[in-house]
Amino acid sequence: MTDRRVVITGAGVLSAVGIGREQHFQSMLDGTIGIDRIRAFDPFGFPSQIAGEVSELTMKDIVPRAYRKATKLMSRDIQLAVAAADCALRDAGLNTKGTNPDGPIDIDPTRTGVNIGAGLICCDLIELSSAAAHAIEDGKFSLRKWGAEGMNELTPLWLLKYLPNMLSCHITIIHDLQGPSNSITIAEVSGLMAIGEAYRYIVRGKADVMIAGGAESKVNPMALLRQCLIKRVGTSYNDKPKEASRPFDRDADGTVIGEGGAIVVLEELECARRRGATIYAELTGFGASYNFSDDFVEPEPQGTGIAIALQKAMQQAHLAPGQIQLLVPHGVAVPSHDRAEVNAAKTAFGSCLKDVHILATKSRIGNCGAACGAIDMVTAVLAMSKGRIPANMNCPNPVENELKITNTNSIDADIDHAMVSCYTYGGQTAALAISKMK
Amino acid sequence: MTKRVVITGMGMVTPLGNEVEQVWQRLLNGESGVGPTSLFDAGAFPTRFSGQVGDYDYLADLPENVRDKFAPAGRNCRFMITAALQAWRQAKLPIPIAADSIGGVPPADRIGAYLGAGEGQVDFDNFMLANIDAWQADKKEMDWRRWAKTAFRQMTARCELEQEPNMPGAYLSRLFKLRGPCMSCLTACAASTQAIGEATELIRHGDVDIVITGGSHSMIHPLGVTGFNRLTALSVRNDSPTTASRPFDKDRDGFVLSEGAGAIIIEELECARNRGANILAEVIGYGSTADAFRVTDQHEDGRGGTAAVRMAMKDAGLSIDDIDYISAHGTGTIENDSIESKIIKNVFGSRAYKIPVSSVKSMLGHLIAAAGAVELITCVLALRDQIVPPTTNLSNPDCDCDLDYVPNHARKAKMNVIMSNSFGFGGQNNTVIIRKPPVDF
Repeated sequence: MTDRRVVITGAGVLSAVGIGREQHFQSMLDGTIGIDRIRAFDPFGFPSQIAGEVSELTMKDIVPRAYRKATKLMSRDIQLAVAAADCALRDAGLNTKGTNPDGPIDIDPTRTGVNIGAGLICCDLIELSSAAAHAIEDGKFSLRKWGAEGMNELTPLWLLKYLPNMLSCHITIIHDLQGPSNSITIAEVSGLMAIGEAYRYIVRGKADVMIAGGAESKVNPMALLRQCLIKRVGTSYNDKPKEASRPFDRDADGTVIGEGGAIVVLEELECARRRGATIYAELTGFGASYNFSDDFVEPEPQGTGIAIALQKAMQQAHLAPGQIQLLVPHGVAVPSHDRAEVNAAKTAFGSCLKDVHILATKSRIGNCGAACGAIDMVTAVLAMSKGRIPANMNCPNPVENELKITNTNSIDADIDHAMVSCYTYGGQTAALAISKMK
Repeated sequence: MTKRVVITGMGMVTPLGNEVEQVWQRLLNGESGVGPTSLFDAGAFPTRFSGQVGDYDYLADLPENVRDKFAPAGRNCRFMITAALQAWRQAKLPIPIAADSIGGVPPADRIGAYLGAGEGQVDFDNFMLANIDAWQADKKEMDWRRWAKTAFRQMTARCELEQEPNMPGAYLSRLFKLRGPCMSCLTACAASTQAIGEATELIRHGDVDIVITGGSHSMIHPLGVTGFNRLTALSVRNDSPTTASRPFDKDRDGFVLSEGAGAIIIEELECARNRGANILAEVIGYGSTADAFRVTDQHEDGRGGTAAVRMAMKDAGLSIDDIDYISAHGTGTIENDSIESKIIKNVFGSRAYKIPVSSVKSMLGHLIAAAGAVELITCVLALRDQIVPPTTNLSNPDCDCDLDYVPNHARKAKMNVIMSNSFGFGGQNNTVIIRKPPVDF
C-alpha cells in the first residue's frame, strides 16, 4: 500500500480574476488584479471597503436539472464549492452522475471520496433581520416573540444553508460520490489541509479518487467585521484597490478580503494511467504543524510551525530545499504575519531560499479564507504544467532583499518541484509538495 | 504493516457531570441529564429544554501560567479544554510537551490534535442588536452603514474568534505545546467519531505517535435551537424533558439538544508500552462514507451507513460474529432510529437480533459534534466493566425498531469488541470499532 502514488488530474477554480483554470491562470499571467470596491453590500461603514469578488454564479446552469431545487439551500460558500467541483471533474474528464447525468459514468462511486475545507459560514443577514423584524416588542428584539413568531419566518431548512459540511455533502450528492467523506474546518488553512487529508486517503488505499479543496466567501458584512475586529485588514488603500493587497511588500498594511473556491481531482497513479488521464503533477509530500501564539491571531515571530510543516512535507517527498523551485506562500499582506512567514521559509530552505521563486496570489484575488490554500495549489499546479510563473504584483520592495520575487512580469520556468504553504489564525499550519510527472 | 493504536486517556464534560466515572455510574443508573433550558430565555420556543452542562470553575483546572490567556475561551472551547486536561492526566502526559523526547514521551512534533469540534456560541444579543437596528422594513433592505456602526460598537474580536471551529484544537495545541498536526473536522453529528477515526489513521501510518482527539460542541443558543426547531428535528415534549429523548421508542418525536465535550488520548501501542501508560482499549477499525442521497434525509435503505459499518469491519478484519455490542447513533428522530436499525440488519443479518444495541443519547441527549467522542468513552467503560449501558425511555419499541436495545436497565454482558456509529446531517457516516486490551498488554 505504501507505494500508492497520487496525481492531480483535474483542477477547478473560481477567483476574482477568473472562473475556470484557464481564465484564472491567464489573468494571473496577464497581471490582472481582481480587487475592487465591494459590490456585494455598501461597505462605507467599514474601515476596509475593497475585496476580490467572484462574478455572480447561475447555479441552475451548473447543477444537473434533477438537482436544481436544492440550489435554494446553497449559501455563497456552498455555491463556490459546487461550481469548483463541477469545473474540476469536467477538467479531469470524469463522467459522474453530475457531469454526465444522462450518460454512462466512469467512476466507482464507492471508491471516490470528498473532502472540502470550509469556513465559518455566516447566515444571510437580510433574511435573518427580515424575520427578526417580526420579533420586536417595545422597540427591542424579544426572544419570546422570536420563539413564538419570528423564527417561523425563516425557511424550515434554514440551518442547512450554513452547516460547513454541506459543501462536501452537496458535491457527494450531485456527483454520487459515496467513498470517504470529510469536511475540514480549520479557518484559512482548511482548503489546503483538505487536499492533504484527501491525498492520505488515496495513499492509504481508502479511495482511488478524491475530490478535495476549499471554498469560502469573506465578502459579507459579518466576515469583514470579523477580519476588521482582529485587526488584520488594510485600511489605507481604499481609494487604490488595485494596489491594496501587497504581500511581502514594505508598504503592505493588511489583508484584503476575497472569495473563491478551488477543488482538485486527486487520483491514484495507476488508476489515472489506465484511463489515459492528463496528469498535471504528482502530490508527493504533506506536512502539518502548529504555530504557538498568545492571542491566536499573531503568528509566532519565527514562524516555527510554518517551517515544521514545510520541512515535513519536503521530508515525505524526499526533496531537499535546493530542489524546490517555486513556493506559493500564504502571504496575507499583514506585515508581521508576512515577516513570520519569511522567517519560516528561511528556516526551511536555508541558503537555498534565494533561488526559490515566490508567488503570492493574494495581491490579485484577496484573502479567500478556507479557499486560500486550495487556490494556491491550483495556481502552483498550473504554473508547473504550463512552465510559467505569474508575477507577484504590488511587491516592488520586498521585506527581505534575498526573496526571489518577480514583481511585474511573468517568467518562463521549467518547474520540477513546487510547494504550497498555508497557515491560519488559531495557529494551524500546512504545506504540500508537488512534482512534475516524468 | 500499519501500527496498532490504543486509548490511554479519557475525559468528558456532559450534562450528567464532568467526571468520567461519575457520568458512567449515572448512565448505568439510567439517569437523565436533560432539563429546562436556562442558557437563554427559551420560554416561547417550540423546544424549551436541553441537556446543559452545569456551571463549574473552568479556570481552576488550568495550569496557572495560562489562566489569563485562556480566560476568554468560549463555551465549547472551555468544555474541550476541561475534558482534554482529564484525558491528558489519565494518560500521564506532561504539560507542556518538550521539543525533544523525554522519558518515552515523544517530541512535540510527533503529538497532534484531531477534533470534531463545532462552531462556538454566537454573540447573540449584540449580533441581533446590530441586525434589528439596521433593518429597513419599508425597503426590505439593510442599512449597512448603521449595521457597521452598531456592530463595531458592540462586538468584540475575541467573541468572534471563539466561534471559529478551529479554536478548540488551537487551545489544546497551545496548552500542551504540540507541534504535530492540529486538525478539525465538522461533519455535523458524526464529527468526533470521524476525528477519532482519522486520528487513528494518522498513528497507524506513522505520521504521529500520540493524538488528542474527540470533540466539543454547544448549540444551545437561540440560533442553534432555531435552526433545529425549524427543521422539526427536536423533541417538543416540554412537559417531560427527562423522558423526551426516546431512541427506538414508538413515541419518539425528535432528538434532545445537549452540549459538552469528549476527549480521548490515542497512542501508538509501543509508545504507550514504553512509557508505561495504562492501556484502556485498542482502536481496531474505522469506516467513513457518504450517503450521496439528499441533504435533508438519510438514504432510505441506509446505503451509506451500511457501507461505513462494513468498511470499519473490513478494516478491523472482523466477521459479523465478532461484534459484542453496538453503541448506536440512536438520536430519537423517527428517521434515524428506523434507518439505523435497518443498517444493523443489513450488515449483521439474523445475528443483528442477538447483539445488544443501545443509545446513551436517551440519557445525555445529543451532543452533536461531541456526541461520538462521549459515546466512544462509554464503549471503553462498557468493555472494562463488562456492562452495557441502557437505552432509557424505551417503553414501546417502534415496529421498525425490533432489535435488542437494552431497554431501561444496564445489563451485564461478555464483551471483547464494540462498535460505535455516528451519522451526520448531510449524509456523512462514520463507524469506529474498539476492543479490549489483550492480557499481554
